[in-house]
Amino acid sequence: MSDARIILDISGVTKRFAVGDDEVEALAPVDLTIPQGEFVCLIGASGCGKSTLLRIIAGFEEPTTGEASIFGKRITGPGSDRGMVFQDYALFPWMTVRENISFGLRQGRMPREAIEKTTDEFVRMVGLERFVGRYPNQLSGGMKQRVAIARVLANNATMLLMDEPFGALDALTREQLQYELLQIWSRTGVTAVFVTHSVEEAVLLADRVLVMSAGPGRIDSDFRIELARPRDVSSPEFNALRRDISRRLTSHLVPSQVPA
Amino acid sequence: MSDHVTTVAAAAERSAPETAAAARRRHRQRLETLRAFVLGAGFPILLVLVWDRAVAITGTRLVPSPYQVAVMMYDFSFGGVYDDAFSGTILIHVWKSVQRVYGGFFLAALIGIPLGMMIGRIKVLHQLLDPTISLLRPIPVTAWLPLSMIFFGLGPNAAIFLVFLGAFYPILLNTMFGVRSIDPRLFEAASMLGCTGTGMFRQIVLPASLPAIFNGLRIAHGFAWILIVVGEMTGVPTGLGSVVMDGRTLSRTDLVITGMIVIGACGFITDRIIVAISNRLLSWSPQHLE
Repeated sequence: MSDARIILDISGVTKRFAVGDDEVEALAPVDLTIPQGEFVCLIGASGCGKSTLLRIIAGFEEPTTGEASIFGKRITGPGSDRGMVFQDYALFPWMTVRENISFGLRQGRMPREAIEKTTDEFVRMVGLERFVGRYPNQLSGGMKQRVAIARVLANNATMLLMDEPFGALDALTREQLQYELLQIWSRTGVTAVFVTHSVEEAVLLADRVLVMSAGPGRIDSDFRIELARPRDVSSPEFNALRRDISRRLTSHLVPSQVPA
Repeated sequence: MSDHVTTVAAAAERSAPETAAAARRRHRQRLETLRAFVLGAGFPILLVLVWDRAVAITGTRLVPSPYQVAVMMYDFSFGGVYDDAFSGTILIHVWKSVQRVYGGFFLAALIGIPLGMMIGRIKVLHQLLDPTISLLRPIPVTAWLPLSMIFFGLGPNAAIFLVFLGAFYPILLNTMFGVRSIDPRLFEAASMLGCTGTGMFRQIVLPASLPAIFNGLRIAHGFAWILIVVGEMTGVPTGLGSVVMDGRTLSRTDLVITGMIVIGACGFITDRIIVAISNRLLSWSPQHLE
């Protein structure tokens, strides 16, 4: 993995938000590089800036200082090379499953047959062949999130950005989608940046877990997960890593709860 | 005998429980539709009965009985009873009114929807136009009557202008509201998938605000039929509004009520058409189905 090309380079990125008359520092200078094909989880308590960092990578927010670039090109706005999967899906409710998945493809000058073919391929990848004609309102949460993933991948995104994508799903569906996501990730070779609250989810999915801490948000520690996939959540190695990461996470919670 | 029948029915039900359940469901649905129809049609019939009794009991000569109105309606539709200037002229009047109602209504939609989308989406336009709109909106359409007659003279254009004014604000305001209540994530999702500029208006802004736009169109469409009477007071010889006004001048209340009923029926039928179109276009949004 170390010889892979660097896809994402973040250097000295900070973000300040105006809150009323005050300014809140959401991100202290953050430096981060991600090689192509890596599965990275960002984990941290609420307010640690993990979603802000993800939105900066997506191009939805501009950094206050510093620079984020993808393949050496500075990120100045949203682009089809980076696809976001939102927790609340953000599917287009007036489009069918098929129309949602082909939306990105239809923005260019691609010939119709090529669009149909690619759409079919990604419909199959997420297993929604029987539901192509349905509207998002007629789908379960798990199916909606499959559409959201397929919509981004069909558009040939090289980075899959996911903001707590499985947070609103029930435990069984979440497990199923985690499994499917890993399959898709290994099949497509896409680079994944995945924001989560769950230590177990992070250790299950990631090559690398970045623990973030709040006030202001920064990357506290960088865990490499060397466990072979499929990972056994009950193995001692898995639980040792889970314990270590949980300890790093909670070590930041304690001081913030004590008044300074 | 009856025992035998029950056992056969029960056996049939056991052997095909799904079909029996489906049949029961269909039966319930049919009963529900029938009930809605009986209740919906029954109430106006009741009102007509009350009207009939009230006229008979008070012995008034100012208000015609339902029967007299029915005769007038027949004459207005087919002629052969009074054989006067109004006999058998219903289609001419309906057609003239429909032209004016929809002239004004479509003009209002043609300007109101794109303008509302742009005001809702482009901040400078909102700052530029919103105060003016808020200032003009409370002015009753009837107050524009003298000016519209100066602008457009006596004739159908003044009527179209008044209908347009009445229909314009509900369409504009609902479109603006619809655009501003679009989930910002949809814009983010569209832009990350490569959608830009005018494509955003056509592919995201328009369909996402369509439920609100249709609410506006329905309200505006109602106003358009309401305003046709006012519009046709501007001295046009034909149209349902002018029939009502003529009936008033001639003290022919049966004609006035006939005109009122025809206006109501036209508004009702065309409203059903709008609902059918909106149900078709908004089938993705179950809360807007009717």
